[in-house]
Amino acid sequence: MVPLRIDLSLPRRSFDLELRLEVGAETLALVGPSGSGKTSLLRAVAGLARPSRGSVVCGEDAWFDSARRVDRRPEERSVGYVFQEYALFPHLTVAQNVTFGGGRVDGLLHRLRIEHLERAKPGELSGGERQRVAIARALARRPRVLLLDEPMAALDPHTRGTVRAELHDLLRELALPALLVTHDFEDAAALADRVGVLADGRLRQLGTAADLLGAPADPFVARLAGANVLPGVAARAPNGLTAVLLDAGPTVYAADVASGRTEVVVYPWDVSLAREAPDDSALNHIHDEIVSLTPLGNRARVRLRTLTAEVTMPSAERLQLRPGEAVVASFKATQVRLLGSG
Amino acid sequence: MRALFAASLALATAVALAFLLLPVAAIFLRVPPGDLVGGLGNHVTRDALLVSLKTSAIAHGIVLLVATPAAYVLARRRFRGRGVILTLVELPLVLPPAVAGIALLAAFGRAGLLGDGLDALGIQIPFTQAAVVLAVAFVESPFYFRGAIAAFEAVDGTLLDAARTLGAAPARVFARVALPLAAGGLGAASALALARGLGEFGATIIFAGSLQGVTQTLPLAVYAQFEQDFDTALAISALFIVVGAVLLIALKLYPWFRFASIFRSRVAPST
Repeated sequence: MVPLRIDLSLPRRSFDLELRLEVGAETLALVGPSGSGKTSLLRAVAGLARPSRGSVVCGEDAWFDSARRVDRRPEERSVGYVFQEYALFPHLTVAQNVTFGGGRVDGLLHRLRIEHLERAKPGELSGGERQRVAIARALARRPRVLLLDEPMAALDPHTRGTVRAELHDLLRELALPALLVTHDFEDAAALADRVGVLADGRLRQLGTAADLLGAPADPFVARLAGANVLPGVAARAPNGLTAVLLDAGPTVYAADVASGRTEVVVYPWDVSLAREAPDDSALNHIHDEIVSLTPLGNRARVRLRTLTAEVTMPSAERLQLRPGEAVVASFKATQVRLLGSG
Repeated sequence: MRALFAASLALATAVALAFLLLPVAAIFLRVPPGDLVGGLGNHVTRDALLVSLKTSAIAHGIVLLVATPAAYVLARRRFRGRGVILTLVELPLVLPPAVAGIALLAAFGRAGLLGDGLDALGIQIPFTQAAVVLAVAFVESPFYFRGAIAAFEAVDGTLLDAARTLGAAPARVFARVALPLAAGGLGAASALALARGLGEFGATIIFAGSLQGVTQTLPLAVYAQFEQDFDTALAISALFIVVGAVLLIALKLYPWFRFASIFRSRVAPST
């Protein structure tokens, strides 16, 4: 028996969200750009929005079934909902927030390390503390399904890493069907067992984060996963590889087989930068110019004219990378995926 | 040019302030404070004070009880005709009070819309204390309604949704989340409505008359007294100014009290 089965159609302003999903005792993340209907989906599962047709079934209980005219009220469903920005009651203390729905909470406050904040009001808490209170509140009634809407979005970048690791451990420990929506592929990959990509109201691809990174179904998924997606024309090369003449100019070699129009997918962290073309096993060397350089913690995102590379901060400093300068971007033919190559 | 502009701004401000404050000050300057208090001991004043307190309390209680849930519905639900209702609710605000009195007579008077029905039940409303209550409620309710709707609209809907996912039925969502979060706005609206109700004159004199000890409220007593006993009229006026000032100051201090309570809970030791 599947803990949570969703099969519904949700009317949105410019399109209908059509979705079929089965969530086991796992964390499933849906990633999509804002406006892709992620929040509406969670609201529909919670009973706060009404789908135009379909069903939401938890175990053997139908929460919503348009065919049988079933539509249980939100308070009669059993969901723990962690809202975007957390939606804590500002006039109640942490303890009152967590016990709002009833249930015993001593263990929860301890598990989430918010015991000492029991009497504080939400306005006095940091982002990470607020998130933990919201999770404790959602779990206090022992819900059968956990819904998380952008749980990381309200956090500052430097606490994000630790908070993400803690949330990951907690979700594992709960072993509850959890549906998480986010616009950030990295958050989804770090928190979820399976990741689905949502665009224009459809589920484009569903699999583990490794599946999506290794074999993105289309350019949209690849871009969302953070890849460079470079269109070009593929042809068989004499050396047994596939040569893709990029629309942007350079030729890229790939181990994948394809012919005709295709998209080259290469991840920024697979691209290395050098001042001069190195004599190594990498077949692809693109002479390019630095457009911009953005530090991201201990890494730096270097945008070139053709593609983007990600190198460590120490390497960026050692090479003294500056916008406007010439560099060579290198990557191996085995690190290149060709879309549509099967 | 610049100096001229600054000077005219200062002059306009001074004129406005003087114009607004001079008559108020005059009441207190005209009669010594002792005489003001003495004027309140007069039996006409005492009767009017009792009538005012009683009718205002009942009218205000009814307005709070009925308009609060109604404002919640109008603030949270979106339906066809909502805009029309919101406009109609404010209509008594722009009506001259005398017109409100005539309207109430037309509805509840002997020859009015509900007159026969009320007559059959043996109920007669005009020129009774019930008429004062109706007039006060009719005139003050839009003040409360407007403020209450705005207060409920300002409550973040996600908080109400969150309460429902935590198992709270709509009544509990209202009592535990919407009401406490709107309390500040509701309090302000309530104070404003109360002040307007206490000062109600036009609708009351037409619909309820001015019978000492029965329907003569404080404002009606001022009107009745000013030709016979100007000092009593002054004393009642002074009382109004004091009550009005207290209400206004309470309104201005309210946010500060809230802030203070947040501050207290912040420094409270966590045990």
